[in-house]
Amino acid sequence: MTTEQQETERARPEPIKAVPVRHPGRWVLIAVLAILAAMFIHLLVTNDRFRWSFIFLHYQDGKRGVMFTEPVLEGLRGTILLTITSMVIGIVLGVIIAIMRLSPNRILSSVAWIYTWFFRAVPRLVLAVLFGNLNILWDRIGFGLPFDHQIGKLFGINDLNAQFYSIKASDLLAGFVAGMLALGLSEGAYMAEIVRAGIQSIDPGQAEAAHALGMSRQLVLRRVVLPQAMRVIVPPTGNEVIAMVKDTSLVAFVPVTFELFFQLNQISARTFVVLPVLVAALIWYLIICSVLMVGQFFVERHFSRGYGSTGRARQRLRDIEVEQGGRITGEAS
Amino acid sequence: MTEMVRADNVHKAFGSLEVLKGIDLVVQQGEVCCVLGPSGSGKSTFLRCINHLEKINAGRILVDGDLIGYQERGGKLHELGEKDVARQRQSIGMVFQRFNLFPHMTVLQNVMEAPCRVKSENKSVVRDRAVSLLDQVGLGAKKENYPGQLSGGQQQRVAIARALAMRPKLMLFDEPTSALDPELVGEVLDTMKDLARDGMTMVVVTHEIGFAREVGDSLIFMDGGVVVEQGPPREVIANPRETRTKAFLSKVL
Ligand SMILES: Nc1ncnc2c1ncn2[C@@H]1O[C@H](COP(=O)(O)OP(=O)(O)OP(=O)(O)O)[C@@H](O)[C@H]1O
Ligand SMILES: [Mg+2]
Repeated sequence: MTTEQQETERARPEPIKAVPVRHPGRWVLIAVLAILAAMFIHLLVTNDRFRWSFIFLHYQDGKRGVMFTEPVLEGLRGTILLTITSMVIGIVLGVIIAIMRLSPNRILSSVAWIYTWFFRAVPRLVLAVLFGNLNILWDRIGFGLPFDHQIGKLFGINDLNAQFYSIKASDLLAGFVAGMLALGLSEGAYMAEIVRAGIQSIDPGQAEAAHALGMSRQLVLRRVVLPQAMRVIVPPTGNEVIAMVKDTSLVAFVPVTFELFFQLNQISARTFVVLPVLVAALIWYLIICSVLMVGQFFVERHFSRGYGSTGRARQRLRDIEVEQGGRITGEAS
Repeated sequence: MTEMVRADNVHKAFGSLEVLKGIDLVVQQGEVCCVLGPSGSGKSTFLRCINHLEKINAGRILVDGDLIGYQERGGKLHELGEKDVARQRQSIGMVFQRFNLFPHMTVLQNVMEAPCRVKSENKSVVRDRAVSLLDQVGLGAKKENYPGQLSGGQQQRVAIARALAMRPKLMLFDEPTSALDPELVGEVLDTMKDLARDGMTMVVVTHEIGFAREVGDSLIFMDGGVVVEQGPPREVIANPRETRTKAFLSKVL
């Protein structure tokens, strides 16, 4: 403290003005990259096989560009909806399964382990096809008393039907719902691992301090552990969302037609134009992912409060100002 | 005078490692009991048994007449459910060596969290109380800061305020100053002295002999999971009877 003050009172030496180290290798690399970029842009602009007007303006007489035609926009909505719903299922399931996995109860943690094992082992494509065909197993699916037929037989009633609500399996498990379940259940397994890693990264002292204050296990998890674990959970979850946007194209095998890539493929099959359609798909995926990355930035910033280096630096700066104003650091205690 | 803490023949083992081998202790209301002992003697474990962060294997612990962690019904012990354990902990404050403040909440939120969420007290009432507690520990100006922006001594004082916000009958301190730079120890000990002067019952695990002598009403010296020696701090520190106590004191004094 006193030495610091003495140093500030000494005359300040000249700021250093030195010739910086040269990095010629970097400049060569930059030149090569610039040439490659120029060649690429030249290709995009001059090669008319890209058919930009097909992509952006009109792909047939009287129709909009292929990116903006009604079926493609419909597919885009489907892709976004499917991403959101299956990620919601995946995140909710992931949190539940991670908590089960960390439970001291052996049965709960084994069930969680088996779930993760199964859904990580099976490829999403296989799951999508499987869920599209699950209606082979049941005619109807409903909510009600479990094992109602068997219980009925026990009491001598044949055909006890205690289902409050049921629906034809082929209606429920066709298309969108099957695709959503396949992707969501599979995602749950991956999210469970991410959430578990997040929870385990938190110092056990945190939960201990919260318990010592009389907080229940649920409150400790909700208010103390999970909010801190989010810092670890959010970045890989961002990856998962972006991967999910692309994996929605797998539901074409359920089959679901209500999806971006399927719709674009349809057009390419009809018009025999391949490359521009692929470019159109690529542009849409780029746009969706860019939007998601912006979202991720804000979510990450929210959950890093209290850790921010900027916050700390600013506080430090304030402390130094106070010191230099001649006041002693800290406060009356 | 009422007995705030009563431990009868407390045993605790981690697997085959016996850490506590029959601890007896009585702390009267308003007393400050200091616990000394070499590393690994089971001081932290004993403290954690008092608020049931660790389950004891044999013996009894009572806080203000309440059996901790269990209930006696028809001559049999029943484990208490999570809710009842949490209720018992509400009246026992604990301060840790490494502070364990919640880093994602501001200082004020740290102090308000438990009264608001656990006791569902009125938020503005809790806020007023939290602010005055923070003033009391000398941190009124740091309300809106995050724990990561405070010095160790300041963090520990926030941790004390956080525990006090639940209006505990008993405070447990587990080496509250041993993670601090030497020049920050004083401010935390001063806060604890104020607390003792206000009549708080405290069990303090510490290596600060000066604090034990000045503030302590009783002192126990633990080694190898048993209480080797106990008595008024001045006497024990000035004239230890047991060789193990002598050896320990000659090292820390
Ligand atoms: N959760 C645990 N599992 C297994 N062993 C443990 C556990 N907690 C503590 N121990 C062991 O119990 C013994 C006593 O530990 P404790 O932390 O109570 O000692 P202490 O007296 O507080 O020491 P220190 O002064 O170093 O804090 C040590 O040998 C320690 O390794
Ligand atoms: Mg200890």
